[in-house]
Amino acid sequence: MSLPPGGFRLSLPGYLVCMAGICWREGLRFLNQRGRFLSALVRPLVWLFIFAAGFRSVLGVSIIPPYETYVLYEVYVTPGLVAMIQLFNGLQSSLSMVYDREVGAMRILLVSPYPRWFLLVSKLLAGILVSVLQVYTFLAVAWFWEVELPPVGYVAVLPALLLSGFMLGAMGLVMSSVFRQMENFASVMNFVIFPMFFASSALYPLWRVQESSLVLWWICTLNPFTYAVELIRFALYGQFEPFAALVVALCALVFLAAAILAYDPSAGMMARRGGPEDAR
Amino acid sequence: MTAPPNPASRAPAALPALAVTHVTHAFGTRKALDDVSLTVPAGSFTALLGPNGAGKTTLFSLITRLYDNRSGGIEVLGEDVRRRPAAALSRLGVVFQARTLDLELTVAQNLVYHATLHGIGFRAGRRRALEVLQRAGLADRADERVRNLSGGQMRRVEIARALMHRPHLLLLDEPTVGLDIASRAALVAQVRELVAQEGIGVLWATHIIEEIAPDDRVVVLHRGRIRAEGSHDEVLAQAGARAIADAFLNLVREADPVPGASAP
Repeated sequence: MSLPPGGFRLSLPGYLVCMAGICWREGLRFLNQRGRFLSALVRPLVWLFIFAAGFRSVLGVSIIPPYETYVLYEVYVTPGLVAMIQLFNGLQSSLSMVYDREVGAMRILLVSPYPRWFLLVSKLLAGILVSVLQVYTFLAVAWFWEVELPPVGYVAVLPALLLSGFMLGAMGLVMSSVFRQMENFASVMNFVIFPMFFASSALYPLWRVQESSLVLWWICTLNPFTYAVELIRFALYGQFEPFAALVVALCALVFLAAAILAYDPSAGMMARRGGPEDAR
Repeated sequence: MTAPPNPASRAPAALPALAVTHVTHAFGTRKALDDVSLTVPAGSFTALLGPNGAGKTTLFSLITRLYDNRSGGIEVLGEDVRRRPAAALSRLGVVFQARTLDLELTVAQNLVYHATLHGIGFRAGRRRALEVLQRAGLADRADERVRNLSGGQMRRVEIARALMHRPHLLLLDEPTVGLDIASRAALVAQVRELVAQEGIGVLWATHIIEEIAPDDRVVVLHRGRIRAEGSHDEVLAQAGARAIADAFLNLVREADPVPGASAP
């Protein structure tokens, strides 16, 4: 037997191997699930090609930062659609761990000797990397649809995507541990994705929302997704929006802390609810 | 196939592969496990026999630290699962009841992924994967997608995967469920061979009595309590039965709340 008795140590290279392995698996799964990739790409494109094109003439967007000229509605919604890709990806990859066949995959992950917080962060990172791939593919297609961004934007958006993906992925992790009774993705769409997406600055600037309903404006202002959208919007034009970055970073940390607590073997929901297998 | 070893012939002083002592676990008011103690000596095949709902899955969740035990202790080769989880988990291999392979990935990819979870690099992982697959008789399937394997082959891959990091204790939660008789026999033989050749301690949860051999240790769990523990023959004696099937039925019946009957 290879292990010296009592001498097991988790080494730094071991940590890196573990994290690399989790990302590698996510990448392989992503490449193998063409359907998931395609739907992740088609969804925002439908919004861009049909919804945005249809509303182009109805909704005029005046000049607001970061835009320096009047912009087409397609251009305005693009950052929101980028954030939507990450929202879907974050929730899908986390929630898929809970039900269907993935129940077991989560357990295999959790029997790794590495600390649970590290496993969750690695899982999160893997999901973010996949979402970044999806976003760049989307931006490439959008480029042919006349949504041409300044070249610097394509680079500057990367750190923004990492941060917003971190927040949305961590949110998905929390939900995966707390809302176990959510039986399917449709209810998640109804109760989480759609409200978050519509009550944000993704589809219309907040000043327009404020004109029509102050209550809705407040909801949009308190919605963390709004800040993910704005962070991405500014980054796509090579600009840094510090307040949005701060809000997204803080939310990300809070969600991550909640996720780690939820998956903690002694404090978490697992212990109280009796784990995924007993929940049948 | 090699005959299973006699557990008594192995060093009695060695640390047991698994020692569970006085573990009680409740979900709300329902006690899933009530003062459970059991031992899996190194190099033994210990069958955990219990009907559905006996608490086997809860026990496995505690040993694999899906959640912590609130009372009592669980030690894998002397390492407390709650206090030194990394040391304990690194000595532990598990085959869960639910299928846990990525169907779209190849057999080798599944195994290498598992290796990385234990800090074994990609190249070493690939080498080890071929080694364990060789032993499982599946070396030629290494680069095949898991989806193309039969149910029995998937189970054998899962066992091979659980051995990737050379554990001292192997837990299997009803591994033969859904398999035909031939696959079931092959699986049992594969695991018994591990016990004989590598000295791994095996805890095999099942409710299928035919899977138990005369040389095995047997633990009977029912309604969250241990009803009998010992060698095959000791359990027969404890239950006053001649065959393990009768012993099991006696113990389970005895435990059911019939007025006047008291649980052991």
